[in-house]
Amino acid sequence: MTIFAMLTSKVTGTVDTPDIDDTTSFWRWDFAWEVLPEMLRSFIQVTLLVTVVGTLIAVVLGLAIAILIRVLPRPLAWFITWVANFIRMTPIVVQLLVVFYGFVWMEPMTIALLVYGVHYSTYMSEVYRAGIDSVPTGQWEATTALSMPATRVWSRVIIPQALRSTVPSLGNYAISMFKDTPFLIAISVMEMVTTALEIGGFTYRYIETITIAGLIFLVASYLTAVLVNRLEKRLAYKH
Amino acid sequence: MDYLDALSMHASRLWEGLLLTLQLTIVSGILAFIVAVVLGLMAGSTKKLLRFPARIIVEFFRGTSLLVQLMWLFYVLPLFGPSLDAMLVGIFALTLNYGAYGAEAVRASMTSVPQSQWEATIALSMSWQHKIRRVIFPQAWALMLPSLTNLWVHLLKGSSIVYIIGMSEFTFELLQLRRTTDWFFALAVVGLVVYFLIALALTQLMRLLEVRAKHRLGRGPSLKEILSPMPPKPSVADETPKPHVTGGSR
Repeated sequence: MTIFAMLTSKVTGTVDTPDIDDTTSFWRWDFAWEVLPEMLRSFIQVTLLVTVVGTLIAVVLGLAIAILIRVLPRPLAWFITWVANFIRMTPIVVQLLVVFYGFVWMEPMTIALLVYGVHYSTYMSEVYRAGIDSVPTGQWEATTALSMPATRVWSRVIIPQALRSTVPSLGNYAISMFKDTPFLIAISVMEMVTTALEIGGFTYRYIETITIAGLIFLVASYLTAVLVNRLEKRLAYKH
Repeated sequence: MDYLDALSMHASRLWEGLLLTLQLTIVSGILAFIVAVVLGLMAGSTKKLLRFPARIIVEFFRGTSLLVQLMWLFYVLPLFGPSLDAMLVGIFALTLNYGAYGAEAVRASMTSVPQSQWEATIALSMSWQHKIRRVIFPQAWALMLPSLTNLWVHLLKGSSIVYIIGMSEFTFELLQLRRTTDWFFALAVVGLVVYFLIALALTQLMRLLEVRAKHRLGRGPSLKEILSPMPPKPSVADETPKPHVTGGSR
């Protein structure tokens, strides 16, 4: 019987006794193969989706925060800075729980995308801030000398130069968001690790599922790190 | 005031949960620092025999997620090894995960100590211990403190998930408080604010350490001067020798 059938049989109530007679063997390859598709499915449907959409939200929102802090008058900028600090310095688990219990009409998946996106945008805004600060003062002065409008200054001069240096850090935050997705267990989204535990609950076999979950994380974050490295080299200024 | 009633009813349990969270944060923080220094020194070593295992350990614990490590220690380790209680599992997982991140910070700051300092220790034929303890580490220490601070705050935030393996730490008690009050008060007001205050305290504490570390390297004022209510003496800045004041004005 496949694991998927077992998971659905929970709903329909037709539980066959799962094949758990073989308790002597430590690691069972056949079991590992059986659970792999289910794990990969939750990996793609939840873990990857949250990481990709969350990163997109964080990249855009983070840039908006960084620019707003530069552009807005002092008290407003100060306010936004502290709100961002507050979000950055409090646990994402508690934030997930706040939205989960506070906005019960929201789908858990929507909550996940929103909370991960907003939480990491506060990290990314710091990266952008450093990137914006690293643009030489001469560039700002040149835009003044050319009397460029503010929108043009940002979109054509400052942001293109600021972005290049930020790519590696943004990539690293995307990887760390990816490794934070198992925290979704707190709002019972069927993420990969939660799926692993669920399967373990049916079959009393945890070793294969949790180990596979760890390996998938290891491989995926390693591949992403290599990708980020390549991107970093390609974007670097050629001297 | 229902909120105050509920709060006073839950106060003792919330306090215990808070103490557990603080214990986790401080004990794992210190252990993670030790792990980070050992692994960081190994990873920064010139010997392949030391560097290679350290790199594998660091990449392994950085690459697999914290929750996976928690679950693995909690569910899988008892199958062939000791079955640890939840507290030990929490401490181990937090230590190894953040220790591996810290190792990268330690290694990176050791390599950013100027090359001339390393060369000077060779020229003076210092022993390895002497060189690391007296020359390289004090300088690297000032460099690594900001990232260690960040990691410590991350560790505090990461500790909020260990209620999943059945520990009644602060987040768990918050969820209990939510049952008698509501989400806004329990989670948003009490929960987030308390976590924020702890994180703020940690960062301020580490900032003091950073001031001290910099002062011992001859940069910046001492802790006493910063903490004293007296206004800083104007003469202090003049008395400290300015390094490399050569050439014309800037």
